[in-house]
Parts: sequence; C-alpha cells; structure tokens
Amino acid sequence: MIYQGKQKIWSDYQKEIPDNHWFYVRSCIRQSFFPGSEKYFLKICRDMLGRDIYETEHHTTCGGIAYHCDTIPQETAMTIVARQFALMTEAGYENLVTSCITSFGNYTEILETWREFPELEARIRENLWKACKREFKTPKYVAHASDLVYKLRNEIAARAKYRLVNKETGEPLRIVEHIGCHYSKMFPHKGVGGAEYPCVLSGMVDAWGGEVIDYPERRHCCGFGFRQYLVKANRGYSVSNTHKKFESMEPYHPDAIITNCPGCPFFLDRWQYVIAEMEGKTYGKDGHGIPALTYEELAGLVLGVDPWDLGLQIHQVGPEPLLDKIGIAYDPAHKYDGLDEKALKKPGLPNVLKCC
Amino acid sequence: MDYIAVVGGGIAGMEAAAQLKALGLEPVLIERSEALGGHVASWHCLFPDLTPADKLIKDLESRLEGVDIQLGAEVSTLNPLRKGYSVVLSNGKVYPCRAIVLATGFTLFPAQRKEEYGYGIYDHVITNRDLEGWFGGNGDSRVPESPKAVGFVHCVGSRDIKAGNAQCSKVCCITAIKQAIEMKERFPGAEIYCFYMDLRLFGKKYEDFYIRAQRDCGIHFIRGRVSEVAETIDGRVQVKAEDTLSGKPIKVRLDLLVLMAGIVCNPDSEQFSKAVSMPLDDDGFFRSRNNIGDITRSDRPGVFLAGACTGAKTVPETLAEARSAALNVYQYLKGQK
Repeated sequence: MIYQGKQKIWSDYQKEIPDNHWFYVRSCIRQSFFPGSEKYFLKICRDMLGRDIYETEHHTTCGGIAYHCDTIPQETAMTIVARQFALMTEAGYENLVTSCITSFGNYTEILETWREFPELEARIRENLWKACKREFKTPKYVAHASDLVYKLRNEIAARAKYRLVNKETGEPLRIVEHIGCHYSKMFPHKGVGGAEYPCVLSGMVDAWGGEVIDYPERRHCCGFGFRQYLVKANRGYSVSNTHKKFESMEPYHPDAIITNCPGCPFFLDRWQYVIAEMEGKTYGKDGHGIPALTYEELAGLVLGVDPWDLGLQIHQVGPEPLLDKIGIAYDPAHKYDGLDEKALKKPGLPNVLKCC
Repeated sequence: MDYIAVVGGGIAGMEAAAQLKALGLEPVLIERSEALGGHVASWHCLFPDLTPADKLIKDLESRLEGVDIQLGAEVSTLNPLRKGYSVVLSNGKVYPCRAIVLATGFTLFPAQRKEEYGYGIYDHVITNRDLEGWFGGNGDSRVPESPKAVGFVHCVGSRDIKAGNAQCSKVCCITAIKQAIEMKERFPGAEIYCFYMDLRLFGKKYEDFYIRAQRDCGIHFIRGRVSEVAETIDGRVQVKAEDTLSGKPIKVRLDLLVLMAGIVCNPDSEQFSKAVSMPLDDDGFFRSRNNIGDITRSDRPGVFLAGACTGAKTVPETLAEARSAALNVYQYLKGQK
C-alpha cells in the first residue's frame, strides 16, 4: 500500500466545512439504534468545543428511506426536504448538518438535481407553499455530522483523555473504518477524501492515535442495503454481505469498527450475533465480537465520557474488551442503569457470541 | 533560409522530417525531451510481429542525416507572418518557417484518475507503459519475480465519458493481447486474465494474434469491466468484475494488474491551437480539414498534421500520415511559387 497515493487523492477531495453555526437535522433511526450518538454529537460540539449547533423539534424525516425503497416519488421527498430548508431559513441558519448518511445523500442529490433542473426547484417551492405556506433558501453548505467531527478531530485529540492505543503494548489499535454508501459514492466531491478512499473516518482514527486497516472488502456494503433488509425475504442477502465483510477483515485482527451511517453500525453489530448463532463463528478474541461504534461514540470514548452514558450497553457486541485495551474506566454494575440510575432489565446472553 | 518546423520528435515527426529532407526541403525537428522517439521509444516491442521498438527508432534516426534537430527545446511562441510563421524556441533560436507540421502526438491517460483501480496506491498495479519498461529491462519492484496470476484491464480512460474521454484508444486491445502473450511466454505457469468490454481487432494479423492468445496461450478473456480493485493481506491484488457473458460477478486474486491506459490528447494542443487560431476537435485533438480525404491538412494555411495529434493511431498509420503530411507540405510550397 502506497500511503502517499492516498494522500494525493485526499488532497483532491477536500470540501469546505464551515467551522460554526449549523442547523442540525437528526436521523429517523439512530436514536433507537444508538441513542447516545446524536446526544453526544451535540454535547461535544456545543458544550465541549463551543460551537453553535441549532436544532428544532419541528423537523421530520427527510423521506430518504421511503425514497430509496421506492415507496414515495422523488418529488415528495423533495417537498419534505424543502420544508427542512424552510425551518433552517426561519431559524436564520445557512449551513445544514445531517446526522444520517442517507439524509446527507438525499439533500445532496436534491440540490444537485435542482441545480441541473431549476424548473423542478420552482415546482417544489410551489408545492411547499401550497402545503404549508413556507418559503426557503437553499443551504450554503451541506455537511454530514462526521464531516464536522472530522474538522474538529484535532481539537478533540487535544482534549482527549484516552488515545486509541493498546495500553499494554503501546501499539495503535487496529480500526476498520466503514463509510455509509450514500456519503460519497453518488457525488465523490461531496465527501472528504472522495468515494474510493474516503478519509473522513480514517482522519479521525489517525488523529486519535489508531491505525486504519484497509482490507479487501472495505468498500463492500454493510449488509443493510435497504431492500436487502427491509424486504424480509431478502434478509439472507443482508447477512451474507455482512458475513463477507467480516471474513475479509478477520485476518487483520481489528480491535474495533468505526462507522458514519445509521444502518452500518447496526448491521455490523447485530449480524455478528446472527453469524455466531448460524455458523458458530465469532470475529473477536476469545469468543467476543468486534465492537462496531459510531464516530460520536468513539469521540466520546477518547474524550473520557462514561461508556454507559454513550449508550454502549445497547450494542449487541460487548465493548468491554475494547475499553480494557484502551484502559477506559467503567463500572460493570452500572451497565444496564437507565436515567436517574433506574435499573433497566438485563438482556439474555447469546449462546455463542460472548457479550461479557 | 526558409524552414519547415516539425513540432514533436516522436515517430511521426521523425518520419515527416526525413521525408521533407528527401524532398529537398529544410525541416527543423523540435523535440522538448532530450531524445527522439516519443512514446515508441519507451516501448519494448510492437504488435503484431513483436518488432523491437528500438529497431524502428534507429531506422528512422538513420534517415535524419542533415536535418536540424533541436532537442530539449519547446516552441515558446509561434507568430504568423505574411508567408508562414516565425517559430521562437525556448533555447532562444528563431526559425522563419514557410510551413509547420504538428506531430505533437498524444498523452497516456493518467491511470490514477480511475481511482477504483488503485494505480499509485496498491503495490502491484502498473500501466501498459510500465510493463513495456519492465519488458525492456528496467527493473520494477511492482512486478513480482514469478507471478502466478496476472490481469489486464482494457479501456482504462477510454470510451469512458465520466473520465472525460469518450473515444476508443484503438491500440489498447491489441497491445493488451501482445503484452498478455509476452507475460505468458515469460511465465508459462501463470494464469492470465484480460478484462474487456469489446475487442476491437481491426488490423492486419490482429485477429491471428487474438486466436493465438486464446488457443495457444490459454489466456482468459472476460467480457466485463472491473468494478474495483483492492489489496489483500499478503499484498496481492483482488479484482472484482462482472462476467457479462455468463452474467456472474467474479472475484480473482492476482499478483500483478496491468491497466491499459488509453490515448488522450496532448495538453499542449490547446497552446498551439490558440497560437495559430486553429480550433480543436471535440475530443481535444487537432481537427483535420477533412476526416476522409484530408486528414493531414488543417484549416489553417501552412499548418499540417501528422500522427496521433489528430487521434489514436497505430504505428503504420502514423508513419503513413507523416509521409502524407510531408507530401502535402511539398505541394503547398510548390503551389505558393
């Protein structure tokens, strides 16, 4: 692998990411899957790093899932997105940051479509006015939240309590990065590092002391693929894609996976349980899995946030081996404590996959 | 003395200059590098007879006796005169020229722009030109000592609108077959794969070469474009493609992957087109007056075109055009008297 070759490509795909003043739109599903991630994106950016990130309870889905599942036409998705833009305009913001990769792809695709076909934008403006008497300005910048964390990665590194280093050996942790398909595969110039060798996540891993693994199926889908999973009969495709990725990354002995899409960490996490049950195989050490984290969770960990506040107990694959390698303090007794230390029910443990 | 400027010291420029000299004219051959021969000089041998490329270059050089050759010189300015052009070179020399033969050739598509193939990123991905250099004895650590599997990707940056080049590069199919046969002959135990979208084997003996590759060498021809290339843990190259004839996705692991970088216009074309107010064609190459009967004449009086500066050409086509351009110059000057 010629690292300088990648650096050359990265230098060709650097996008402008404003430093401050963002209108934030959440994901439909991340709060169920990884409830600490969006919360800690806001906490890190606002409280720790002093950035102005605004959100409103009036925003809705962007329509991306329905659009990609062919259940709504694109014009409907466009009108939904136009309403988000109207909320942003009303709040006095020009920069839009999305939590979800599919939303990011959806917003980007719509703006590019309007750029090519201005008459379509005019029609959507009319639709929005008829539907809810709102008007909007298109955003000056659209970023994915991982773009913003990438931009802030060195500030995070400067405040980090931990580094992505094995405390016993002093070696960098080996991290697999997995980029959501809708991040830059549609519009390579809209993603940091382009489509083939994106550096939005690898840049974070580098800054926080880890080592990025480039393995043969790095670009392969996580297994979500919308209709692969959402159509029940297709779920075999979903798990077989995930299986292919794990088989490919296994020889590199990764310590963790970092992702920037709502679906990817879910499927890379949960399917490890299914593969373990079906094949009797696990990919971590001593029967454990490989923890699949969101970039906000990883940022939270290096900043010293309590793993249970980050919501790591919601993961199928137990994060404890990773926490032990880094040397992060945690209290196993509080793993399943909810808000105000109210005890949540402990989940049943799987037969094969060791979950601590 | 009135000169004929021949811009470009590749095989087209060399042949044109030799012919002009033979016709009693005074060519000045201008080449920006320090040696003549252009792209062909970096090639090891030529299809379909595996003729050594250096033999051709030597033959052409031997016919340049008496020709004013300016090596390491570029055309700085080109000023129209009442009859001809004043050609100012980067070495300070100025030549009053009655006519100009543009033989500026082509450039190879920069293979790193097809990012998914990993040229410049993965250790064992090279281009057709790199492989010719290796055939010619230049050491290349990217070529393993005894490869067990080698792949060739056709049409890298050719017939690819997204890559900015919609045109066929014409010579890559037969070059890939030639190089595949040469690799098989050097490494008889190796499996050789050619990933192609169409095989365009139009020239004399090309089809024979293709049949030889299949029948005698057992080279696997897979109709399908490569979708992505990755590196395995042992440093090999993993290639994913679709075999469109069987309708199946395929994945192979190779020790070496060769990208058949296509032919694209020389970036200098724009500079010359501005200097002599001569529009370029849609593909960025120089535009001939007529693509059937007047391929070596431009729309500008006294400006002639030879070889691959008007589009992808084989070596025999290039040489034939160079002779034609020289004859056109001769007739043009005769008509002026």
